[in-house]
Amino acid sequence: MKVEQISIFIENKSGRLAEVCGILGQAGVNIRALSLADTSDFGILRLIVKDSEKALKVLREHNFTVSKTEVIGVEVPDSPGGLSTILQILDRNNVNVEYMYAFVERSGDNAVIIFRFDDVDEAITALSKNGVNILKSEMITSI
Amino acid sequence: MIWNDDFETLPREAIEALQLKRLQQTVERVYATVPFYKKAFGKLGIKPADIKSLDDLRKLPFTLKQDMRDNYPYGLFAVPLEQIVRIHASSGTTGKPTVVGYSRRDIDTWTELMARSFVAAGTHKGDIIHNAYGYGLFTGGLGAHYGAERVGASVIPMSGGNTKKQLMIMQDFGSTVLTCTPSYSLYLAEVAAEEGIDIRKLKLKVGILGAEPWSEKMRQEIEDKLNIKAIDIYGLSEILGPGVGIECIEAQNGLHIWEDHFIPEIIDPETGEVLPDGERGELVITTITKEGIPLIRYRTRDITRLIKEPCICGRTHARIERLSGRSDDMLIIRGVNVFPSQIESVLFNIEGVEPHYQLIVEREGTLDTLEVQVEVNEQTFSDEIKILQGLSNKIRKDIKDLLGVTCKVRLVEPKSITRSEGKAKRVIDNRQKNS
Repeated sequence: MKVEQISIFIENKSGRLAEVCGILGQAGVNIRALSLADTSDFGILRLIVKDSEKALKVLREHNFTVSKTEVIGVEVPDSPGGLSTILQILDRNNVNVEYMYAFVERSGDNAVIIFRFDDVDEAITALSKNGVNILKSEMITSI
Repeated sequence: MIWNDDFETLPREAIEALQLKRLQQTVERVYATVPFYKKAFGKLGIKPADIKSLDDLRKLPFTLKQDMRDNYPYGLFAVPLEQIVRIHASSGTTGKPTVVGYSRRDIDTWTELMARSFVAAGTHKGDIIHNAYGYGLFTGGLGAHYGAERVGASVIPMSGGNTKKQLMIMQDFGSTVLTCTPSYSLYLAEVAAEEGIDIRKLKLKVGILGAEPWSEKMRQEIEDKLNIKAIDIYGLSEILGPGVGIECIEAQNGLHIWEDHFIPEIIDPETGEVLPDGERGELVITTITKEGIPLIRYRTRDITRLIKEPCICGRTHARIERLSGRSDDMLIIRGVNVFPSQIESVLFNIEGVEPHYQLIVEREGTLDTLEVQVEVNEQTFSDEIKILQGLSNKIRKDIKDLLGVTCKVRLVEPKSITRSEGKAKRVIDNRQKNS
């Protein structure tokens, strides 16, 4: 159920993001979803890619600081109130969302949201119990 | 005006005769009472009786700041603790400060030399001295305080900080002399301008400024902005505190070192050899009257040269040129001594942080700023912003706790700090360039 996300430390310097994408592109790594969190000095680029190991390897070779994190991809009804329902379930079960971002593609009629929780297992239990569909890793990377 | 005509204008030969006599006494005393010196002399095969002329001084071993740390806190004291009436300390590299103790006579000497310094800077009875040097372990506040009282001036013991109040007191009390660091004097001028106070119109006439290096350009700026004479004062706690040397207001050209109490030498910092008169090198000072903690050939790490030509003020004591740098990597940031190794020790103590860092020092407006750049590695990296910000906050807080200096911490990518010849360039000091 868990999906591997890679995170990359990027200084706030012009051209750095382009460089990361260039390295991945040359290695033939396709970016499936991304989010960039930034502060005045640095940013963290979070990516879901088809081949995480390869991405980590080439980025490390280029001296980037990288890490792996477990996130989950959740199907969210693509209609008003869809996300709200999911968040209410999490709130009722006291699961904290560290951050989240939307997937570019849809899964059937649904939107896909990537969540990072402080407690992934608890989140999975809470969501599954309430009938929310959590996408398998292969499904996410092959959307 | 000269405070102590008898001593300040002694002919050269008389100064040197006095120096030799006092040097011999000091050498005998430290040999007999300080095990560190007995051992150091022994290593070089020297006995106190070998010091027959001032030239023999160069036979004696150096004392390093490290020696003071190794003998922390009281190991270099030459008198029993019962005879110490005051203890001061300066910031140390790994949290332990450098400790100095003063006997009653030392305090009296210090007061006398600060009195000479105040008078040399054009201060006298009737002046109102606004003393904004910090009072406390730092020698600046109390050193200036007692010297000013000895001269008969009225001292306002302001200490540092609380700038708006300083300005109010300065206006209301009619301060005529300002004692503080040069950067603080400019900061006062800046805050005065913001508050709509014309600091140039106040009664201030002289600033006696020290505890950090400052350029001629900065002096010009201070003199213009505050409408005062800016006088450079030299001192270091290991030797005495403020008042080791001062510029006379007549010449403002080199700082007189009180040679009846100190013997200055200039050495090549690489070889340790004494350099010919007039050449630039590292200042080494031997104290020849101190009782509490006499130091033989203390390496100040300050780069300067000695001027022995007579001065127009009438004082016969040699002068040192204004400091042009240091022979070690010590930085002075807002009056606080900072060694890169101190920052390194802070980083070393934080789990996962590698000591790949660089210090960027700038002067923004009138105040020094320190930026500490630290490389992020896979151990310290997180996909969450708050964890990385927590890391930089921790580094900032630990540096503040150890050194008392506020800095900005910037996390940078690995390998982004230049490594040249295997040795990283730790410090980029942009202050001289801009000031």
